Amino acid sequence: MSLKLKALTKSPWVFHICTGSCNNCDIEILDLLTPRFDIERFGMIKVGSIRHADVLLVTGAVSRKAGPRLKRLYEQAPKPCLVVAIGSCALGQGIFKGSYNMPEPVDKYIPVDAYIPGCPPKPEAMIMGVVKLIEKLRGK
Amino acid sequence: MELLKSIGYFIIFPGFLFTAVVGLLASWIDRKVTALVQWRKGPPILQSLYDIVKLMGKETIVPQGSSRLTFLLSPLFGLSAVILVSTLLWRTIISPSTTFLGDLIVVLYLLTIPSLAVIMGGFASRNPLASLGASREMKLILAYELPFILVALIPVIKAGTIRMGEILSYQLDNGIVIGSLSGIIGFLVAILCMQAKLALVPFDMAEAETEIMGGTYIEYSGAPLAIYKLTRAMMLFVVPMFLVCIYCGGIDFGHGWLHILLGVLKYVGLLVVIILIRNTAPRVRIDQAMKFFWGKMTGLAIVGIVLAFLGV
Repeated sequence: MSLKLKALTKSPWVFHICTGSCNNCDIEILDLLTPRFDIERFGMIKVGSIRHADVLLVTGAVSRKAGPRLKRLYEQAPKPCLVVAIGSCALGQGIFKGSYNMPEPVDKYIPVDAYIPGCPPKPEAMIMGVVKLIEKLRGK
Repeated sequence: MELLKSIGYFIIFPGFLFTAVVGLLASWIDRKVTALVQWRKGPPILQSLYDIVKLMGKETIVPQGSSRLTFLLSPLFGLSAVILVSTLLWRTIISPSTTFLGDLIVVLYLLTIPSLAVIMGGFASRNPLASLGASREMKLILAYELPFILVALIPVIKAGTIRMGEILSYQLDNGIVIGSLSGIIGFLVAILCMQAKLALVPFDMAEAETEIMGGTYIEYSGAPLAIYKLTRAMMLFVVPMFLVCIYCGGIDFGHGWLHILLGVLKYVGLLVVIILIRNTAPRVRIDQAMKFFWGKMTGLAIVGIVLAFLGV
């Protein structure tokens, strides 16, 4: 594995995109920064600007307004950049499936590297998902 | 041979490489102590290095319509200024007799350049939030530079010389500057000015992650961002070391390892004080910061200078 990827797995900076979720997943993501879970142990920090991001955490069933913006944000992020879809809505639109204002789920707009199911997923499940993603990157 | 030696000074010790290693270590101490204050475990010791290596490997995006050359060059301005300061400072600490007249003034000038580089980069990136951050940084420089220069004068008055080497040897003979009343006042003001200089929390309105999303750094990615991060880490080493030098007698290499250990402890102690201030204070607004620096801090600094003239 190249040095570039190894360093990326050691310090993935996450950027959080909410595409019209009910904020439950978002609260659970913020739980990860608390002393109980403390993901800074793995070098993860939440960044404010999309230009600093390595991992995009996408929550919510993408609404008609959020779709093009999600695509634009993905294009603005410097590559290599990974996408993690969090929660039932981001995976398969959850209870909004077939709704008139939710045309397509996240992975129809941008490529998704890891899916974390749950409504909302537990913080432990999110850590598990990210660990699996890192293992995938390391080629195990 | 002389040329090679001076290039070595700039690149290896005590210039770029040494400062970068110690600076990254200092920024790890910063994150670790912050984590301990918040009852967390904190990142591993090599975390700052991982961050820099990762950012070096990322794509560099230059925003459309920005001033390309200024945008990409301004991080390098800041970095080179820090390297110069570090070289000057450590040459002074290791052999106090080899410095030139007025090196204190040069160091004060060079310490302003990293902030100027941040301002240039912010304005060049053509982002409204970055411009906002840059304009705040500009006001902040105007605010803290006045008391900072005033308190840098207190050791000069005490030692009666403007050479940093002579200030150091004065402190070796007559006790450190902070041992007197004017020294204590000056040091307090200097710590707060340093907090603003390092853009740490009570005075970090130029980047304000939760408010303007990284401010001046908002459009930076990849290698230029890595250079900014490295510059900040190195500033975290150089600026406290400068204060330890002019106020607390620096690191004494002449009298055995115990004195060297004491010098290192002085630096680490000061660093932890900075980190604790950063973790216990909320961010102030820019107008509050200007009032604070031009009012109370400048007043205190002037009192300190008068006391120093009276020899207290």
